[in-house]
Amino acid sequence: MNENATIAVAMSGGVDSSAVAAMLAHEGDAVVGLTLQLWDQTRLAGKHGIPDAPKAGRCCSLDDVYDARRVAEHLGIPYYVVNQQDRFEQDVVRPFVSEYLAGRTPIPCSLCNNHLKFDQLLQTARSIGADRIATGHYAVNEFDPNRDFGRGRWILKRPADLAKDQTYFLFGLTQAQLARTLFPLGHLTKPEVREVARKRGLALAEKPDSQEICFIPGGDYKQFLTAYLEEQGERAPETAGELVASNGEVLGRHEAISNFTVGQRKGLGVSSPSPLYVLNIDPASHRVTVGADAELATRSLRARQLNWISIPELTAPMRVRAKIRHRHEPAWATLAPAGPDEVIVTFDEPQRAVTPGQSAVFYDGVEVVGGGWII
Amino acid sequence: MRRVYMDGNATTPLLPEVMEAMRPYWMEHFGNASSIHLHGQQAHTAVNRARETMAEFFGCREAEVVFNSGGTEGDNTAIFGLLHPGDHFITTSIEHSAILEAAKRLARNNIETTFVAPEPSGLIDPMDIRRAIRPETRLISVMLANNETGVLQPVEAIGKIAAETGIFFHIDAVQGAGKIEFDMRRFGCHLCSISAHKMHGPKGIGAMFVRRGTPVEPLLVGGSHERRQRAGTENVPGIVGLAKAAELAMHSLADGTIDRLATMRNWLEEGILQMYGTGVNGARDGDQPVPRVANTTNIWFDQLEGEALVIALDLKGVSISGGSACHSGATEPSHVLMAMGLDKTRARASLRFSLLKTATGADVDHVLQVVPQAVEHLRALSPVAVGTLG
Repeated sequence: MNENATIAVAMSGGVDSSAVAAMLAHEGDAVVGLTLQLWDQTRLAGKHGIPDAPKAGRCCSLDDVYDARRVAEHLGIPYYVVNQQDRFEQDVVRPFVSEYLAGRTPIPCSLCNNHLKFDQLLQTARSIGADRIATGHYAVNEFDPNRDFGRGRWILKRPADLAKDQTYFLFGLTQAQLARTLFPLGHLTKPEVREVARKRGLALAEKPDSQEICFIPGGDYKQFLTAYLEEQGERAPETAGELVASNGEVLGRHEAISNFTVGQRKGLGVSSPSPLYVLNIDPASHRVTVGADAELATRSLRARQLNWISIPELTAPMRVRAKIRHRHEPAWATLAPAGPDEVIVTFDEPQRAVTPGQSAVFYDGVEVVGGGWII
Repeated sequence: MRRVYMDGNATTPLLPEVMEAMRPYWMEHFGNASSIHLHGQQAHTAVNRARETMAEFFGCREAEVVFNSGGTEGDNTAIFGLLHPGDHFITTSIEHSAILEAAKRLARNNIETTFVAPEPSGLIDPMDIRRAIRPETRLISVMLANNETGVLQPVEAIGKIAAETGIFFHIDAVQGAGKIEFDMRRFGCHLCSISAHKMHGPKGIGAMFVRRGTPVEPLLVGGSHERRQRAGTENVPGIVGLAKAAELAMHSLADGTIDRLATMRNWLEEGILQMYGTGVNGARDGDQPVPRVANTTNIWFDQLEGEALVIALDLKGVSISGGSACHSGATEPSHVLMAMGLDKTRARASLRFSLLKTATGADVDHVLQVVPQAVEHLRALSPVAVGTLG
């Protein structure tokens, strides 16, 4: 076996990554299947309303590991489950909890991609003799030899199936990581991927997509925060405070800033003739400001902890389209440096519910320019 | 690619003699040992002959041998068959999960368990067992040989304590079977569980020594098989295979095969220890060597993720294991090594090599070639590599 040619496929037990394994195995590559065991789904089950038996369709559920293993057996490739629970808790779950407690709205998937899916997985892959990894993400990854004065650069692009575009969660990939990563689904649509799965005889070709945050069975993050802090023997910091209108009028009180996210309408605990939305959460004063839908619109945002993909760094203002949450249609904006590791993004049209803790990802056409975390 | 299997403590292949002994009992002598006709009698004879062999193997009476499905059933029978609400149970923190999980379930029935921790050497101190005894203690269960370190526990001393205090004593002997000589009277136990597949017998069959008069209630009830101690149609081919494997194991102990195995294990161990930043878990107590079964060594590798090494070695044709597999198949740091006081990083960096008694010098040579290469490769990539030595 030529070790340099071995590809480790990150298998989640879903259709996408299973199709990737099937495609590469069919093309004759030496393929090894790996599943990262990230979170023990039984750990907080039954506590504070978290469901007892986690449904399938989340990473690390036993059913998904079973499915991934069955696919590997069907394809005749070696398959291993790698325990990364400690690192997942440290790099994803902990920051997720702290962000909420600090009044922000985190995206664990991006952290997981940066720390586990790519960094750790590449590390594991190389240690077992595979130089590259392949995942079932919908994204395109190409080397452009003409960039950077002929030194070349790896470029991340939006996929053929824009409805499945996952580039928003991949903005943190470094050049070194991109160089060792394959996204074989980038040029396919989801129906085509299901067709590949059917054609290769995979029993899970019709398995539904997973949507929720994988370590939060039931999808209720507040239950998770309570149960997790209790398990850790910690108490949530006291963050009760005032609920105020945008003109400063006090409308009532709330119990904790972690119960809110910018743009939220339900569960505010105040009545009003017209719908009210969370406009702002101030972690210092614990004040939560609410107002009308129109007031949610913002013209600019700042982002930090940047990563650049199509450019080495941002030295001058640049016209881009910026995406500020997973389901947001990228909007025209001007990107400008605003100090070390910070940019200011000014939208042509005001954007609804800019949410601290989410990421802002910048596009030039289909190319990902880079991105950062909204502050 | 040459493949070498060094995971004998997980399971072992059938020896050809075992396969041959079992062969007639699938299609030809297929009878139910409870039937009165010829077919039934053939099966019954086979079971009784096997019982005779097992009595010799255990060093006990034939009536004290109960066939069952293996180690887990034996362990569960001892615990659930002897303990009643209000009783107290003593075991150790390095037992197999068939004991540990059963003990967890006892808590529901108001039966408290004391888990005695081992010394850093991996040995259980019999005095710690004695200190854990209470007036309501009814059962002590200690393993004969630890599955991960191979360390042999002082069962005779514990048996004496049990006899003095009138407490029942069960030995989980799954990892000791075929590796050291058995003598139930000398061990001083009331119950002793073994499994065929750890000594080149088939999977799904085992046996339990039940000392005469021990009031252990059966786990499974139904027919009057096994003197009403274990209901269910006898697994005749399995029982025949177990007895053949036990017979061959007794030969191996007598003819020096097991001593040669120890020599081979020591050679492997010394070879691996040539690498810097390595050491054996559970080999020494101060400067005294600790008794171990002949086939096992548990080695830590500094600056290494054991899980990655297991995978890398598998892809290079060497089957070994590290830690214990959790429900998903991922590796958890070994509870045995953690109980011995190793930190999580060191426990994760530890691997078990357990040789088959059929291992050859060429197998050891091959492993000694592949392992150092793989370890060097991993260490060069490892982020742990910036850590401290020792």
